[in-house]
Amino acid sequence: MAEIFAYILHKDGKADDTAYELINAAAKIDPEAPVTAVVAGSGSELDSACSEAAKIYPAVWKIDNEALAYVNAEAVRPMLVNIIPKGAVLLLPHEHFGMDLAPGLSIKLDAAYLPDVVDFEGVEGSTLNAIREEFSGMVSTHVAADLSGGVVVTVRPGAFAPDEDAAASGEVVDKSGDAGAAPALMRRYLETLVAEVGEVDITKSEILLSIGRGIEDEENLEIVFDLAKVMGADVSCSRPIVDAKWLEKSRQVGTSGQTVKPKVYIACGISGSFQHLGGIKGSPFIVAVNKNPKAPIFQAADVGVAADILEFLPELQEAIEELKG
Amino acid sequence: MEILVCVKRVPDSSENEIEVKGDGTDIERDDLVYSVNEWDNYAVEEAIQIRDKVGGTVTVASVGDEETEEVIRREMAMGADNGIHLMDDAFEGSDGKGLATTLKALVEQGSYDLILTGAQADDGAGQVGGMLAAMLDYPFASLVNLIEVVDDKKIKVGREIAGGNQEMNEIDLPCVLSIQTGINEPRYVGIRGIRKVASVEIPVKGVSDLGIDAGVVGAAGAKVKRLDYFVPELGEGAEMLEGSTEEIIEKLIELLKAKGGIK
Ligand SMILES: Cc1cc2nc3c(=O)[nH]c(=O)nc-3n(C[C@H](O)[C@H](O)[C@H](O)COP(=O)(O)OP(=O)(O)OC[C@H]3O[C@@H](n4cnc5c(N)ncnc54)[C@H](O)[C@@H]3O)c2cc1C
Repeated sequence: MAEIFAYILHKDGKADDTAYELINAAAKIDPEAPVTAVVAGSGSELDSACSEAAKIYPAVWKIDNEALAYVNAEAVRPMLVNIIPKGAVLLLPHEHFGMDLAPGLSIKLDAAYLPDVVDFEGVEGSTLNAIREEFSGMVSTHVAADLSGGVVVTVRPGAFAPDEDAAASGEVVDKSGDAGAAPALMRRYLETLVAEVGEVDITKSEILLSIGRGIEDEENLEIVFDLAKVMGADVSCSRPIVDAKWLEKSRQVGTSGQTVKPKVYIACGISGSFQHLGGIKGSPFIVAVNKNPKAPIFQAADVGVAADILEFLPELQEAIEELKG
Repeated sequence: MEILVCVKRVPDSSENEIEVKGDGTDIERDDLVYSVNEWDNYAVEEAIQIRDKVGGTVTVASVGDEETEEVIRREMAMGADNGIHLMDDAFEGSDGKGLATTLKALVEQGSYDLILTGAQADDGAGQVGGMLAAMLDYPFASLVNLIEVVDDKKIKVGREIAGGNQEMNEIDLPCVLSIQTGINEPRYVGIRGIRKVASVEIPVKGVSDLGIDAGVVGAAGAKVKRLDYFVPELGEGAEMLEGSTEEIIEKLIELLKAKGGIK
């Protein structure tokens, strides 16, 4: 059976949540396969990330290089090519770093690439069977990857349960020498610009009235702000509303926006993509209003209303106003 | 600046309900409304804006069947200078690598400084740009939401990372970038714009024109195969409120009050 490697993201010396999920993803591929964490970076932050990874994984490979103080996909790629054995399965999280690194890495390893996998169905001969989603989660597909030359997989964050025990005691092996020197870079990291805080800080809101593309027109925003006012809610949104410049970026909920922890989250005209849901934490009471009764958001919500928001929200507002007198 | 933008014709999933065919071999395509992939449209707009600032040309290329031509033409109506339609039975069943192999052959026939793709398309894979760059040994950046031309050797790009933060990079030309939505505001294309380019010749290229071996693309060359489409067994999901609108609202208000959803 192929060896499995898991690429560990870390920040400020702490392993990312996905580090705890990839071990369970690996077990779903083959519970018998040896699994090794690969942790790249530099200095003491790298060392503490490695110690944490050693509690989750039976083996940890460390790549320590000053050039990786800020990990640039183009810098770490040739190092991984130098150390990952031919035919191995390499798991990465499907987020902005994994999406940057994995496709090109699969070419350089001459391996198959399975992007954004949500589940595995195991190995059959020299085929790795997995499940993906298409069309924003509206349909799923079974996919088969040829394992003979190895496979690079990006795994959807949150799709596998985290390893709660973290009771391993893996050995940390320094692979920096084998990984080789940093390449001359054709892409150079300059700086990270931190997002501005907007007029409302939705990360602190208790009630969020959140709108998506279903609002259809900028003029209809009024409906939502009016309702939010009578409810005492703040207004947040999905990404297309920010892309259209109808609301400021600081109101966007999701993996590339804000992480919110309200008590109540009301999703109006939002389909329920994993990038959007990834920004909702703390198990709030979720209400979804969507005109498509099959919208994936209804799988994530506690209570659903199949309705046109442009008609439903004003009626809800009227009823609340009556109640408040 | 010579810019190539790779685009895909896709069912518009915000306009359509996507249903799986009875035998699971495909989705129901008969009544679908198709358009250009949302991410690609931002890429074409960005290319046009760069060209208008620094000069050069914008070429739009797409791999796909006969119908794909309408999407190439639409992007030309937006302002792209040239279109190239990559069509061959041999492309059928290509995986990401097969598509990247096809586009690599096209890139090698031209002399492009900048190659743009969308960050992802309808299959949510987001793979072709990164693969293409690796095959060409060009630098790559994904999820780009800002481009600033520095000079004819390099550009500055912003990448969208977590929490709405932006990672700034300097990148040498030629390079490949995958474009994230929101980088610009794509212009509207009216019927008149489409009419203007209605009779423009769009060259079609197949495997022999591109000089690629039919065995390395399409189903023959694919290491990854989609076996079927299915609708997963759904969990319990939400409790759907039923009844007249009044009844629904009454129940909803009760629930919201109980959960602290009305202050
Ligand atoms: C790298 C990356 C990062 C991303 N980060 C984020 C992120 O942080 N946050 C985020 O939200 N997205 C993010 N996205 C985008 C995400 O994939 C989806 O495209 C997006 O969430 C869809 O937004 P939506 O649900 O509003 O729109 P759609 O998916 O278009 O859904 C609109 C919904 O509204 C319903 N509807 C339409 N009209 C009405 C009506 N009149 N009444 C009721 N319902 C109606 C439709 O049935 C549909 O379900 C990211 C994507 C990528 C690739």
